[in-house]
Amino acid sequence: MRANLLQLVRYSIVKAIMLGIALVIALYLTILIVNMGGRLDEVRKAEISFAVSQAVLADPGNAGVPPSELKKQIDARTEIEFRRLGLDKPFLIRSFNYLTTAMSLSLGRAEQLVSDSGSRLVRLIILERLPATLVLFGTANLLIFFTTLWAGLALSRHYGSWVDRLVVTLAPTSAAPGWFYGIFLILIFAAALGVLPWGGMVDAPPPTTTLGYAASVLRHMILPTLAMFLSAFFSSVYARRTFFLIYASEDYVDLAKAKGLPSRTIQNRYILRPTLPTIITSFLLMIIAMWMGAIILETVFNWPGLGRLYMQAVNINDTPTIVGVMVIYGYLLAISVFLLEFIYAIVDPRVRIGAGAKKGV
Amino acid sequence: MLQRLKTLRRYPSAIIGIAVLAMLVIVSIYAVIAIPYGEAIRLWRGGPGVWDDNPRNAAPVWFDWFTSDALPRTIIVSTADAGVKRVEPIGGGKNRVEITLPFTYNYDRFPNELILRSEAVSESSTRTRFSVFWRTPAGEMVPLATDRAMRATDSYYISQDLNVSSKLPAGAVRPEVGLFSDYAVSAPEKERTPVKGEYAVVIQTEIPEGADYNARLVVYGTVHGVAGTDHRRRDLTVALLWGAPLALVFGLVAAVGSSLITFVLSGIGTWYGGALDALFERLTEITMIIPFYPVLIMIGQFYNRSLWIMLGVTIALSIFGAAMKTYRAMFLQAKEAPYIEAARAYGAGNMRIVFRYLLPRIVPVLLPTFVTMVPSFVFLEASISVLGLGDPVLPTWGKIINDAQTNDALYKGMYYWVVEPAVLLMVTGFAFSMLGYALDRVFNPKLRTV
Repeated sequence: MRANLLQLVRYSIVKAIMLGIALVIALYLTILIVNMGGRLDEVRKAEISFAVSQAVLADPGNAGVPPSELKKQIDARTEIEFRRLGLDKPFLIRSFNYLTTAMSLSLGRAEQLVSDSGSRLVRLIILERLPATLVLFGTANLLIFFTTLWAGLALSRHYGSWVDRLVVTLAPTSAAPGWFYGIFLILIFAAALGVLPWGGMVDAPPPTTTLGYAASVLRHMILPTLAMFLSAFFSSVYARRTFFLIYASEDYVDLAKAKGLPSRTIQNRYILRPTLPTIITSFLLMIIAMWMGAIILETVFNWPGLGRLYMQAVNINDTPTIVGVMVIYGYLLAISVFLLEFIYAIVDPRVRIGAGAKKGV
Repeated sequence: MLQRLKTLRRYPSAIIGIAVLAMLVIVSIYAVIAIPYGEAIRLWRGGPGVWDDNPRNAAPVWFDWFTSDALPRTIIVSTADAGVKRVEPIGGGKNRVEITLPFTYNYDRFPNELILRSEAVSESSTRTRFSVFWRTPAGEMVPLATDRAMRATDSYYISQDLNVSSKLPAGAVRPEVGLFSDYAVSAPEKERTPVKGEYAVVIQTEIPEGADYNARLVVYGTVHGVAGTDHRRRDLTVALLWGAPLALVFGLVAAVGSSLITFVLSGIGTWYGGALDALFERLTEITMIIPFYPVLIMIGQFYNRSLWIMLGVTIALSIFGAAMKTYRAMFLQAKEAPYIEAARAYGAGNMRIVFRYLLPRIVPVLLPTFVTMVPSFVFLEASISVLGLGDPVLPTWGKIINDAQTNDALYKGMYYWVVEPAVLLMVTGFAFSMLGYALDRVFNPKLRTV
């Protein structure tokens, strides 16, 4: 038992270090892409010198100053601006500076984006948007997880019924992503019927009472949640149900039935328990996929979350914010992958033994 | 393998899927033959002279079936067909030209827009002037423009002429509504209906002898073509047709590219084991941590939006994807099978074992996942387009949805603009998906009983 635990701890630490290294490499690649391998700096330098020369020329105090003086003034101010933004150092050095600010989650300052409270700190901008994403995707994911689990169990018991056949028939509908159903839902419920809002998170102007605010947010959450639900529900129920059916035909389940155990006990102890880790892993994989899908779903529904922030930042080339959001995504993915590996290791002893014994074979 | 594929016939979903896919392939072949690649790009880019005679934001013609009203089609009258041109010399080296462009208006709604295009062939450098009158079915002559200076090729946008608005009956704001409604009645625009009958536009001008003058009136309808038009007058059929081959090619190539390469690499990695296997494992971990969509969006924004570049990046990023882990687990099991040992015993080389014995064993598992993967790539292209990062020149279904979104199509009630490409995307996605699920049941023995 203790040897087993030790093995698990060692395996987890090795995995954590590996994932850490992978995270560093992935983030560095991101930084290289965002800065176009340093070429974006040329664009930014040109933008800065243009803005500075415009400001100097438009200054009424400079009316009688000779052009050569003006040029000197422009050069000096451009130089200061470059130094302020760190553009005077070579890109290679700055790329590693970016990497350390990214990894330490201090994330630096945005170039143009401002948080609603007026701050330029990327950390604050992201923290402002994160709750919106978490509320929406947390609700949707929990809803999908529990309903599919329940429906899968129910269907595996009523295998072959018309509901079961209906779910099997509808399973391919999950090929379409959430935003796609979102468009149809907006068409039906906002455009044609006019009963639900088109998008956004809260009415404008926002209700003043807390209760009214919550009600408004809930009303705005219905369509995006339903969109995610539609795109995930049928295939997940199908997968769950098939999985439970396979496990229900195991010999030990037959034995339990022969012993005359109540069906609830059989379901909870002999079917649900051995399958739960696999279910949790598939759930984690779904969450990973949804983190990414968030960008489009939030754009379609105008939801002020992390995904929309990312699109805003990309559209105005706000490098620090792009890197900041990528860092959050990177960390979330790394943690999810680590949890995946950890659960595998707990369930399947072969995994952790394999990791230690690979070199010996 | 073939025997198993034959059992597919027992699954209605597989048959529907295959039928739909066959239809899509036929449509794609037709599209590529009828509108070659370069022509499709030219048509979709538009520009002067390409779509001038199409109405803006017109619904498909079959919208007629759902209303009792006759919806206006586009009417084009010119001196080349029904128009009457009268030329009489007035002396001083000049001719007086009067062109009458008659047309019958029998529709229950107002047209979309009115444009009078004219062309003058003249040697003289001084600009001639022309006057335009509107003749109602009652025979009234409403002056639209008097002494308007004429360019060599002239487009007179009657719908946007503020001078016309001032002469309209009370209550009508838009020229095209006022010109077609009853002058005696004073009612707000919403309550007006067009007066049916014979209309005409009369143009009078004096041009030098030897010069020629021709005119062409376009009364734009509110319905056009099988699929309708967009905000740039482009016929949506072009994009809907061309969307099919592009979606199929993108989905299939991405799925084949990524799954096949992943499959072969993981087979080789697992067989050789050691450093190679470890390297592949690490690469898989890094790829799993690189956020896929955000990276694709960044590449679209900072480097290149070409569909083919996106395809390459998609394949590159999914080679060492999560599928690598699944295949590896299967190969690890298959590696220990006795028949592999037998192959080793007779002295088969490493590559021979991998390609002849190891890989074929997993193919039945690969095939269903491969087919179910295609729609995710089809929708991936659409997702990128919907974010506004689609290929700038190629007409894809996702780009139509993006155009519709940016022009608030749903808000303005132009549902066809969103629904047409969305339904096609859905049909394509579901067809692959239905086939994939059926294949899964055929090839996965555990599922066959349930």
